[in-house]
Amino acid sequence: MIRYIGFVFLLINIKANAQTKISGKVTDNHNKALQGISISIKDSYEGGTSDSLGNYSFITSEKGTLVLQASATGYKSFDQNINLNGTSLKINISLKEEITELKAVVISAGTFEASDQKRASALNPIDIVTTASANADITGALKTLPGTQQVGESEGLFVRGGTADETKIFIDGTLVNKFFYSSEPDLATRGRFNPFLFKGTIFSSGGYSALYGQALSSVLLLESIDLPERTSADFGISYLAANAGIQKLSRNKKSSWGITYAYTNLALVFNFIKQKQDYFKVPVLHEGDANFRIKTSATGMLKYFGSFTSTNVGFRNQDVDSLNLKDAFGLKNLYMYHNLSWREKIGDGWKLNTGISYSTSRDNITNELQDGENKKQEIMDEPLYANKNFNLVNNGQYANAKVVFEKKLFNLSAIRFGSEYNYSNEKTTYTQYNGNIYPQTVKENLFAGFAETDVYVTNDIAAKIGLRTEHSQLLDQWNMAPRVSLAYKFRDNSQFSLAYGIFYENPERKYLPTINQLHFEQATHYIAQYQKISNERTFRTEIFYKKYKDLFKTGLNNNGTFMAINNNGFGDAKGIEFFWRDKKTIKNVDYWISYSYLDTKRDFLNYPYAIEPSFATKHTASLVVKKFVTNIKTQFNASYTFASGRPYYNINYDSTTSKYKIYDEGHTKDYNDLSLSINYLPDIGKPKAKHFTVFVLSLTNVLGANKIYTYNYSANGQNKVAVTPPSKRFLYLGCFISFGIDRSQDEINNHL
Amino acid sequence: MKKLLLFTAIIFFATIAFAQSDKYASAMKANISQLDSMMAKGNGAELANNFERIGDAEKTQWLPYYYAAYCTVVQAYNEKDNSKKDAIADKAKQLIDKAETILGKENSETDVIKSMIATSHMMVDPQNRYMDYGPESAGFIQKSEALDSTNPRPVLLEAENKFYTPEAYGGGKDAAKEYFDKAKKLDDNFKPETELSPNWGKSAIQYFLSQYK
Repeated sequence: MIRYIGFVFLLINIKANAQTKISGKVTDNHNKALQGISISIKDSYEGGTSDSLGNYSFITSEKGTLVLQASATGYKSFDQNINLNGTSLKINISLKEEITELKAVVISAGTFEASDQKRASALNPIDIVTTASANADITGALKTLPGTQQVGESEGLFVRGGTADETKIFIDGTLVNKFFYSSEPDLATRGRFNPFLFKGTIFSSGGYSALYGQALSSVLLLESIDLPERTSADFGISYLAANAGIQKLSRNKKSSWGITYAYTNLALVFNFIKQKQDYFKVPVLHEGDANFRIKTSATGMLKYFGSFTSTNVGFRNQDVDSLNLKDAFGLKNLYMYHNLSWREKIGDGWKLNTGISYSTSRDNITNELQDGENKKQEIMDEPLYANKNFNLVNNGQYANAKVVFEKKLFNLSAIRFGSEYNYSNEKTTYTQYNGNIYPQTVKENLFAGFAETDVYVTNDIAAKIGLRTEHSQLLDQWNMAPRVSLAYKFRDNSQFSLAYGIFYENPERKYLPTINQLHFEQATHYIAQYQKISNERTFRTEIFYKKYKDLFKTGLNNNGTFMAINNNGFGDAKGIEFFWRDKKTIKNVDYWISYSYLDTKRDFLNYPYAIEPSFATKHTASLVVKKFVTNIKTQFNASYTFASGRPYYNINYDSTTSKYKIYDEGHTKDYNDLSLSINYLPDIGKPKAKHFTVFVLSLTNVLGANKIYTYNYSANGQNKVAVTPPSKRFLYLGCFISFGIDRSQDEINNHL
Repeated sequence: MKKLLLFTAIIFFATIAFAQSDKYASAMKANISQLDSMMAKGNGAELANNFERIGDAEKTQWLPYYYAAYCTVVQAYNEKDNSKKDAIADKAKQLIDKAETILGKENSETDVIKSMIATSHMMVDPQNRYMDYGPESAGFIQKSEALDSTNPRPVLLEAENKFYTPEAYGGGKDAAKEYFDKAKKLDDNFKPETELSPNWGKSAIQYFLSQYK
């Protein structure tokens, strides 16, 4: 008996005897020492950890042929067979970096991304709503980034010498038509969509992916939020609007729905802030939206968002041709938007992203020539005045569908392909002063197919190569657009990117239909970027060259409006841009500076030859500062924007030469704006708070600078009227309350 | 003879098993005893690696992974370079997931670690991440307390969070005091399930309470 037990202990002791020392150095593939790496004998407790010089050493009592392992997050694991027999071993280990999203170079030429991903980005979603000059408008915040122009007399984003129509906006992958409220003369309308609907914003000022088209200059990609954090009810009140809404998260947190309604009436504001225009119908808006979101599986998400807007506005402006007369403009708009999107991992590394959207917009615009007593004037014998009485009804229907398949390949590499369909049908009825009716229809079926691949060679080098082809029924034409981007990351995590691409777009719809056969307009982009992003600081600079070809030219049609007549236009744009953001240097202060230099000329519309377009300016600079003062729970935001003067022209038809001619030109004075806003958040940091309140106070153009966007000319060229903002300053005061119904208690109960 | 053989066999295997578990217990004890000192020296990574190796070799024990996750998340707390924090916290998440997989459920102790992981993600960019990670961290503390009301660690986390939260946000030194007192009381009465079970936090409670003297 004793014998046996002795034998047993003997066995155990043998096992614990002979010891081997293993040591060496751990480095990465750039021969840099790696610290904190775990080195071990497989399936044993034995092992060591590398020190700050990469050295490791440990003594093991294991024997025989075993496996030495080294592993660390972000590196491919290392295995080597070793023979343990008491002789010391020296084994140097070189670990290969794994290509991971956190470490890999980002293909970023032309792009600004604001998302809540873990990767450091230049902007965060919250930045958009806290930029002082933005007034919580998405495009307002983007106007503080390089590449954009300060155009205040019409809506949209004017990017790198491009028109607003050259920027297209996508929600969850599908094109949005009529993103902005319907145009009003000499006013920039806001975007229809609340910035809080979106969790991610990507703004590309050029060189973007083959997944997107029909934009010569820029795309803005908005990604809507998935499930809300909790069930909540929201109320907002300001001196121009009131809104209420509910977002309901299901008990199992797999689905949610929500509805909101908002009523805007500017009567009170306009009493308080004098408007340049004389409003006979103060703007009144009814807006509603509804959504549902369903987690269809662990990886699947189905989202619906729909909204409805009704606008009614009317105002008088001094007529540019006669000092005694006024133009009374009236607009009624009904707008509806639906977007359904679905994304799912369909197995074997495949991902599906698909979406459809449908929208309708009905504008009813009337213009009336009025005298000093606001009485309608009909001056039948002078076409110039006679044509100022008209009615325009525009019924637009738009449908968009997109499907994208993605397959993950080795590392982060992937291929993506799919197709897109855009349908638009705009029926316009123009009623002339004499009752003549000019109905017209512009219908387009545009099909696109695209394929793109991301290739990650290492963490440091990546390429995106894509091809897009489109067929337009309206133009009866195909196009083929290659896109290429390259990115290289340096050892200090800064990176250099290049982008090249060809972009096509239909001639702008408002200049259609036309009697002539038109074709696609074209732009070619060349972009070089250097950027260094860390959590606290971002530096980014880009140079670009953009060449325009086949821009449309316009001529007058019978009712005195412009229409596209040919594709003989051309142009180019080049420039350099800087962006610097710093959250570190000044404690608790976050600021960014952007500067754009733009040199552009183009011949399009009725320009007689290539000139600097009236929406472009050479120098634009912005400074945005945000400071949160903790003990008073208040955030102070300021933004200052400078833009050098914009060119303006009086272009008219010269009947002697049968050509358009520049009769007068000049530059506006420099543009300056300083805006301030204050957000007070009394409930922040109260863990048991049942509601969350935000007070917002903002004031634009604090210094009262006289802003002149451009000039309007009378038909005879004798009178020149500055186009200015409707009021010198704008003050906003509002309060938003969110009542959260916290479900964490339910979760605990369910768990127990 | 047969009986003797059988008996011997039983003794034999029991001894092996005992030796094995003894090896496990002693290795664990050796590492657990170093928790406070290694952390103080900033050697959390080495200790985490030791625990992870034990976990990898044992395959059926949740505690090695639990301790590895704890050492790793403390490392994330202490990391000065914000750009590295997320990756370390992600590593801690992998480890605590392994522990929970072996355990087959979450428990009061694993929820403590998950709360700390959420807090370290939040610390990278508090202003922008508070809305996501703040409630997540608080949720795990609540869950942890609900699963074991005698566990002092979730109360200690709550106390520390309060301590470092500005007074304007309902935190501050004074507001934290009652939580440290509660954590102390719970800790004094806490009986770990086994001698290897989580029992850390004593020194932290002492340290913070000494700040009030």
